Amino acid sequence: MARNGVASWRRRSSDQFDDPSPCGSEDVHVLAVDDSLVDRKVIEHLLKISSCKVTAVDSGIRALQFLGLDEEKAAGDFNGLKVDLIITDYCMPGMTGYELLKKIKESSALREIPVVIMSSENVLARIDRCLEEGAEDFIVKPVKLSDVKRLRDFMTRDVGDRVRSDGEGTTHKRKLQESSDVSSSSPSVSSASSSSSSSLPTTPSRSPSPSPSVSLSEPSSPSPSTGSSGPCSPSSLESPTRRLKMTSCCD
Amino acid sequence: MEVGQMQRRLVEFTKSLFMEGFLDGQFLQLQQLQDESNPDFVVEVVSLFFQDSEKLLNDLTSALEQQNVDFKKVDAHVHQLKGSSSSIGAQRVKNACVVFRSFCEEQNLEGCMRCLQQVKQEFYLAKNKFETLFTLEQQILAAGGSIPATEITSF
Repeated sequence: MARNGVASWRRRSSDQFDDPSPCGSEDVHVLAVDDSLVDRKVIEHLLKISSCKVTAVDSGIRALQFLGLDEEKAAGDFNGLKVDLIITDYCMPGMTGYELLKKIKESSALREIPVVIMSSENVLARIDRCLEEGAEDFIVKPVKLSDVKRLRDFMTRDVGDRVRSDGEGTTHKRKLQESSDVSSSSPSVSSASSSSSSSLPTTPSRSPSPSPSVSLSEPSSPSPSTGSSGPCSPSSLESPTRRLKMTSCCD
Repeated sequence: MEVGQMQRRLVEFTKSLFMEGFLDGQFLQLQQLQDESNPDFVVEVVSLFFQDSEKLLNDLTSALEQQNVDFKKVDAHVHQLKGSSSSIGAQRVKNACVVFRSFCEEQNLEGCMRCLQQVKQEFYLAKNKFETLFTLEQQILAAGGSIPATEITSF
């Protein structure tokens, strides 16, 4: 299925703005990228149930093809479905989610599209790297409905702002160390009043694993502390600032 | 067996799966995603997991049988398995994978072989449990009943 259709919000708005309003609930189109078949099925469903249109692909290369950014076609050559959000797995063979993120942010046609990274590994250096490169958010797998709902809320709320704001998209540097901002904006809750200058959530969500909303007497997962290249044991930390103080895992 | 009895049996069985650590909260997430327009979602995803992972286990077995074991490759497979088991809430499989990965990192072949056995065991155990769960559900539906929602109260 070689449908390419992507435009940045800004460009789209000057052509014909298909969405009737920023809160047009069915119009959010998400491109999901994950090499795992199971995860693709789950994320696809999570998104559909949250009233998003979904295109799911299994690699970064295919994602770029879908976005119209492959060698054969110029980036402007699209004919229809614009992509409002890209959600990609980090660990993928071939092109990683990080590399995909970079490619998207390097493209003038695509850099406005928010990119969210998913990873099963809660590694601070990885999260930092992704945010520095311009990712909007970083979700620890397994992805939950609440993660997707939060993304949806920020998408629909954000649409209007993105269309108006100019040059807002170019710098995506997020400093996790802005502890005061972090604690006040409480990103894991979809707060309507996000900080004024950037209408995007400034910090990634860290879903503690296993699911915290259920009080089942489950044995806690014994994650042995591994060496530097292993995953950090996902502890139930919600606040990035606490994370900063407590761990120093780097990969 | 009448519907009410079957429903109670299902509830008890599901509870036991959580208590014994076979399932975790992620499975509940999946159940929440199931609705009238996607009545078979959970069965589909779980089946997909077992199909997909069977192949992974075979790949793992042959990777560990090589003359010179490529631990990075083994780890990559285990990482995949860990990820997908986590996505469906198969907690014990996931936990077994976590242990497995630490042996991969140490390049401990014996440890890895043991872990593979453990993972396989958990895998087939989980498969069995899911099959029972889905069969119970099918029986209820066939008898005209509805599947009771999993209640998260302290047990």
